[in-house]
Amino acid sequence: MDSMITPNMTGERIRKYLTEGKRFDGRKPFEFRNIEIETKISKNAEGSVRVKIGNTEVMVGVKMATSVPYPDSPNEGTMMVTSELLPLSSPRFEYGPPKFPAIEVARLVDRAIRESKFIQFDKLCIKEGEKVWTVFIDIYTINDDGNLQDAASIGALAALKSAKIPKYDAENDKVLFGEWTDENLPVSKDLPISMTFHKIGNNFIVDPTRDEEDISETRLTVGSTAGMISSMQKGNSQTLSMEDLNIILDNVDSVRKTIATAVEKIK
Amino acid sequence: MKEFIRDDGRKFDEIRPMKAKVGVVPNADGSAMFQFGDTIAIASVFGPKKMHPQHSQDPEKGTLRCNYNMFSFSVEDRIRPGPSRRSTEISKITEWALEPVLMIDSFPNQVIDVHIHIIQASASTRCAGINAAAMALAHAGIPMKDMVSSISVGKIDKQLIVDVNKYEDSVFKEGEGATDIPFTFTHDGKITHLQLDGKISKEDFKTVMNLAKEGAKKVYEVQKQALKDSIEGKE
Repeated sequence: MDSMITPNMTGERIRKYLTEGKRFDGRKPFEFRNIEIETKISKNAEGSVRVKIGNTEVMVGVKMATSVPYPDSPNEGTMMVTSELLPLSSPRFEYGPPKFPAIEVARLVDRAIRESKFIQFDKLCIKEGEKVWTVFIDIYTINDDGNLQDAASIGALAALKSAKIPKYDAENDKVLFGEWTDENLPVSKDLPISMTFHKIGNNFIVDPTRDEEDISETRLTVGSTAGMISSMQKGNSQTLSMEDLNIILDNVDSVRKTIATAVEKIK
Repeated sequence: MKEFIRDDGRKFDEIRPMKAKVGVVPNADGSAMFQFGDTIAIASVFGPKKMHPQHSQDPEKGTLRCNYNMFSFSVEDRIRPGPSRRSTEISKITEWALEPVLMIDSFPNQVIDVHIHIIQASASTRCAGINAAAMALAHAGIPMKDMVSSISVGKIDKQLIVDVNKYEDSVFKEGEGATDIPFTFTHDGKITHLQLDGKISKEDFKTVMNLAKEGAKKVYEVQKQALKDSIEGKE
């Protein structure tokens, strides 16, 4: 099947084009494909979105439930991120216990949101030490054409931004699922945008297509709030030099702006 | 006692607004979306391809492998991601519903994978899943003798209805309660799938079976139109 592997010949040509600053689809190295976000795709979820970046598509839903807080933060809500690389979305994915790529997607999304304090957990306390809200962020891939990582992060932010808190019946100590308050999930205005830079030969790109991602030699996922860096993770075994890092850091703000513009529209 | 009235104002034999579309997953060999009102299913097909592991290969005929799953956020009370006993059973039922029309003999040692996901649920999810899967198989160009169309019928208290929604399936509990009967028909009226949970008289069952057959015809028209549109290059 053609989407199972990227032939070496295609890889060679991608490398050659990049030395001239060109890509197959005519994009500049630090240019994203068009980002489309659709909200309310699943009405039983507290918040749900479909994110399309070119041909890459993910669906992300937010559900809430009550739970017992952690002893070290008795008045703070909690969160949990899961992701599934569905076999529906690519012939490369198989059923079974989550393997590293799926775990990595969820972990990177989790950290970008948690470390930046995007969700205001102190406002998600129902009764100190006894009951708080848990926010579940579930990510499903629909079509893999590269850069699922960033699509998942965008989806998580958009789903959280659009989420409404369910009604809670304090007397009977029960969540009234399917009924919502007018209150949005309390999130900060400063979006922790996560973006992944890929190194191919001596060149850097963002938002790789499937073919480009296949020949990516190393990558760096950067989580950034306005003007600040909140998380980073390098992937794959090739090295990065200090100069490489400088190139990436110089481009964080402009890439961040593209993504933030798309996410900020979501209410 | 509360009298049963359909909460969405439908007539008793009226199906919720249906929508269907093929080609929703570009990576797949075939894919489709099918919607009954608030129930939305998507399906993608990969194959025929070589069966792995090799010892699962059948040299006589190809194998159909279906997988049904609900998104964790598709229901009001979040469900744990991953397979369950319910989803395993529905996956198998779906295989049985589809196999009779597939010309699977032409693909020895090979497998056709069908992945079904419920994005939003308001009962009748297996029917929406089977409808989407049948369309995805046709879209993938797998040789088929016929189309299959699935519809749920039921008896709520004493009333016979077509296309059961969530209120009817799990909220309305008065009187004789709810009997849910999902059916799948080939276009020439043969049954490939039938389940029943509840309590119903033989007479009522015969009536409701005919209602299901009529309903399946309407489903078929929607499926056919979506497949036609995809060939003619319409949305």
